[in-house]
Amino acid sequence: MPDTTATASELRHVAPQSFLRRYVFSLDHKVIGKQYLGLALVAVCTGMVLSWLMRWHLGWPTAAVPGLGAVSPTGAPGGVITPEYYLSLMTMHGTIMVFFVLTTAPFAGFGNFLLPIQVGAEDMAFPRFNMMSFWVTFLAFAVLVSAFFVHDGPPIAGWTAYAPLSAVGKDAGPGQAMGQTLWAVSIALFCVGQLLGALNFIATTLDLRTRGMSLARLPYATWAWFITSVIGLIAFSVLLPACILLILDRVAGTSFFVPAGLVISDRLQPHAGGSPLLWQHLFWFFGHPEVYIAILPGFGIVSHILPAVARKPLLGPRVFIACLVAIGFLSYMVWGHHMFLSGMNPFSATLFSVPTLIITIPATVATLLWIGTLYGSKLRFNTAALFCLGFISVFVSGGLSGFFLAQPSVDVYLHGTYFVVGHFHFVMGVAAMFGIFAATYFWFPKMFGRMMNETLGKWHFILTFIGVYCVFMPMHYLGLAGNVRRYSAFADDYMKGSIPLHQFITVAALFTGAVQLLFLYNLVRSRFRGPLAPANPWEATSLEWSTPSPPPHDNFGGHPPTVHHGPNEYGVAGRSGDYIMQASPEPDPGA
Amino acid sequence: MHTRYLWPVALAALASSAARAPVRPAAAVGAIAGRVTFTGTPPKMRAIDMAKEPSCATQHQTPVTTETVVTGPDNAVENVVVYISAGDSPSATPTAPVRYDQKGCQYIPHVAVMQVDQPLEIYNNDETSHNIHPLALSNPEWNKSQPAGSAPIHASYAKPEFIAVKCNVHPWMHGYFAVLATSHHAVTGNDGGFALAGLAPGKYTVTAWHEKFGEQTQEVTVAATGTVTVNFVFRALPY
Amino acid sequence: MGKLFAVIVVVIAAVSTTIFILHTWWPPPDISVHGVGIDHELAETMIATGVLFVAAQLALALFVWQGSDARAGRTIKRFPGGATPLVAFAVVLVGIEILSLTFVGSKVWANIYIAPPDSGALHIDVQAEQFAYYFRHPGADARFGGLHPELIDDGSGNFFGLDPANDTTARDDIVSSSLVIPVNHPILLTLHAKDVGHSFYVPDLRLQQDFVPGLVIPLHFTATRTGKYEIVCTQLCGLGHHTMRAFLEVMTPDQYDQWLKTQAAQQ
Repeated sequence: MPDTTATASELRHVAPQSFLRRYVFSLDHKVIGKQYLGLALVAVCTGMVLSWLMRWHLGWPTAAVPGLGAVSPTGAPGGVITPEYYLSLMTMHGTIMVFFVLTTAPFAGFGNFLLPIQVGAEDMAFPRFNMMSFWVTFLAFAVLVSAFFVHDGPPIAGWTAYAPLSAVGKDAGPGQAMGQTLWAVSIALFCVGQLLGALNFIATTLDLRTRGMSLARLPYATWAWFITSVIGLIAFSVLLPACILLILDRVAGTSFFVPAGLVISDRLQPHAGGSPLLWQHLFWFFGHPEVYIAILPGFGIVSHILPAVARKPLLGPRVFIACLVAIGFLSYMVWGHHMFLSGMNPFSATLFSVPTLIITIPATVATLLWIGTLYGSKLRFNTAALFCLGFISVFVSGGLSGFFLAQPSVDVYLHGTYFVVGHFHFVMGVAAMFGIFAATYFWFPKMFGRMMNETLGKWHFILTFIGVYCVFMPMHYLGLAGNVRRYSAFADDYMKGSIPLHQFITVAALFTGAVQLLFLYNLVRSRFRGPLAPANPWEATSLEWSTPSPPPHDNFGGHPPTVHHGPNEYGVAGRSGDYIMQASPEPDPGA
Repeated sequence: MHTRYLWPVALAALASSAARAPVRPAAAVGAIAGRVTFTGTPPKMRAIDMAKEPSCATQHQTPVTTETVVTGPDNAVENVVVYISAGDSPSATPTAPVRYDQKGCQYIPHVAVMQVDQPLEIYNNDETSHNIHPLALSNPEWNKSQPAGSAPIHASYAKPEFIAVKCNVHPWMHGYFAVLATSHHAVTGNDGGFALAGLAPGKYTVTAWHEKFGEQTQEVTVAATGTVTVNFVFRALPY
Repeated sequence: MGKLFAVIVVVIAAVSTTIFILHTWWPPPDISVHGVGIDHELAETMIATGVLFVAAQLALALFVWQGSDARAGRTIKRFPGGATPLVAFAVVLVGIEILSLTFVGSKVWANIYIAPPDSGALHIDVQAEQFAYYFRHPGADARFGGLHPELIDDGSGNFFGLDPANDTTARDDIVSSSLVIPVNHPILLTLHAKDVGHSFYVPDLRLQQDFVPGLVIPLHFTATRTGKYEIVCTQLCGLGHHTMRAFLEVMTPDQYDQWLKTQAAQQ
């Protein structure tokens, strides 16, 4: 019997020659990873501009935004943002950031590029699914953005799209017609894309590891992507049907989420028998794990980079993996903490509170392991290192405010206020972004074969680090004073006193946003003008550093490496280099 | 356009109305006038509680009441739109805009009559944000907010329709846009009177529309000169 | 660079903590019976997380400061005892914190949401809609009229969809746009929504609860201080969400009786 598999494998790894197959409909995980990162870059720029507009409006509600009147004559006549346009901006900002940035960049983007190389594979297990995963996600993004251009305007129901507001159509307000349907279609498509990606990640990690790459020798980033994909597989497969049901409620007259007897804009709605809480349960069953989909890759990235910059092994590697697994497991038992006050049986609030508080234990342990790793280290302060350190700081800040919200009795006061906004922006927004920045500065040389500018990078870090604290720490103060979120203006007398603080946050946000231009400039300039990168510029151990920068089409030039060590061999004494690469055949230093 | 014709002086009004409408044939000197009344007990109009919006509440010394059924002396019914629903010859679309005001969290006028495609201007004179949601069914429906101090909203409707208008921010605010195909229309005032002037001789269908009582129609033949009297009587129930 | 980072972290930690300690932004004074427990729980959590926040940021700054020591030949040091003491520390310390917060907090929570209302509580029916609240007292007959969504007519002031034509209990229902209650008297609210999800939030009252279309949700409290307070919506409900509010007026019993009489005459 002829060995057909080998033939197929060889055929697969002949680099395609046409432009379309090489750069557009590529099967190569490295190209797909870059495509995801490119999509995330476009998405993050869009999302950030939307947040600037929102902040502008919150600081100075009657001031016209220069040029906006021409871009959106209905949403912002004369450049002054209307309340419904503010809610659209908010909905689109949340959706774009959570789905198309915090999921695509750290997980789908870096995961795609690096995971197969780190396990020593030539590509993902299912390259065609992988290509499809990206293009479906791209389509989802296009559908979402198209909501900006429909007659009725973009949706206004927030990224959580609570029913019945999201389920009954135009009677509920502007943007709730075609715009909201496009939102639901976009998210359903996104789920399909991420399910294909998650399947690939799991199969690749389990089946395509090279010789010697036992699970215990997997790098921490790979572990994090693997666990994230398991979480994603379950989470997105719940959100997908939820979105389909929402679409059916909207276009086919079903009543999954809409009860009987609702009168919206003077019209008795033709629905009966649905439950708004059902949407909330389905959404948060996805929504809470989604927080970990956004942040766990950051955990992995930090644990991966930290030993390389501290020049010592990660403290408690097995404990760290156990923490990841525990967080992944517990992430499915806590969704109800988003719903303490939403009419669930009040007994269940106490039940959901306990795992929510318990999940802080593995998170605390992981944080302590990072801080413990820093103890007595010889830190190399490159930009990637700084963003890892910044990650730890903001993760601590954001994580601790979670203690308040995890308790139903305190949530009674803080729920629905800016305290929540400050909390989740720190813990899943800024922390995850710092993870993405660290990964970019660290792996850019591998991805493009050129080094990034370190001076610009350090300025970028310092200014961003100060900026995000000025933006998000004051939101906790606002929340304590009872300042309600999702308001386009503060008409209530007791909230008027908070406007100066909102103006401070606006200035800080515009400043922090402007600082990101340094990053963009650095990114573009380094891509074409940066000094050529050696194979292993950071003296790191994992397999991607054993292959040239950028890696060849099949990652290892037809010679998959054999792994002899774990990823943690830093600070090895008594030899010329202080580290041992995973593919190095020399014996373990302890042996 | 809140036209308050007093039917005893309908002839005087006729002259001015004819002067404003140069497109009509010179022979159009007939008129229809009358009064709209009710029998029975109309529902009691409730005092509107504006406590939610202090900036509006302070504008009213005595509490304003709901305007679903506004009655006048001698069982007169106010806010009835009387118009020619059939038999009228087409007329040019007026270019002068119809003005609709939001003041003291009330719609002024309660019923705004406009012709098809006639421009409509909606003003917010309050210190608070309103949203205008005309619940159109045949025409395109829209729902826009109008924060304090914003520019007027411009609109127009292409099909004849009685459109309920509501403000979701102040749920008591309710009014109507009466979009008509004819230039012959009137809204009854406090005395229930109306007059449709400048009509060419011929057969017409006159319709009286009220937001609560519904519609009534009558066939009328207008002679070359003189006024034909047409009265409408609606039956009112307390609830 | 490392030293700069360490200094920035210390400054950020110091400034953030100081503002919390100074209570520059803080909840308004509590006007409810149950709020004491919430304020206590909030303060406990603030102290516990504050200590952890400062400790973690300072440890990070310290180790980074030390790690930036560029002397040649300096050897790396392992964390004393390895990961085990850290894990033990986290599990014990955070575990104790969790247990104490859960035990005390659950009582506070149960007191508000699980305990039944006082049998003599004054029952007021609340309906939320885009973008207003309406409150209903049962009137002289102490019975609420039935709700008929198809009869809802905001323009005529029939916000609840009452049927006074056929339902005599509905005729004396007192509908107002402010929540007027007597001080120091247990109050029972039943919350229901007319259109989409809304929320009932009174920061002074330390009380928040969503309105869920299709559900009638009970909520009870006792206000201890007279005055006028704001009720705001915290559940995104549409374009006028930020304008959705009502006033809570806590009156002396005499004032309340007087108000009730005036209102009854107006219905």
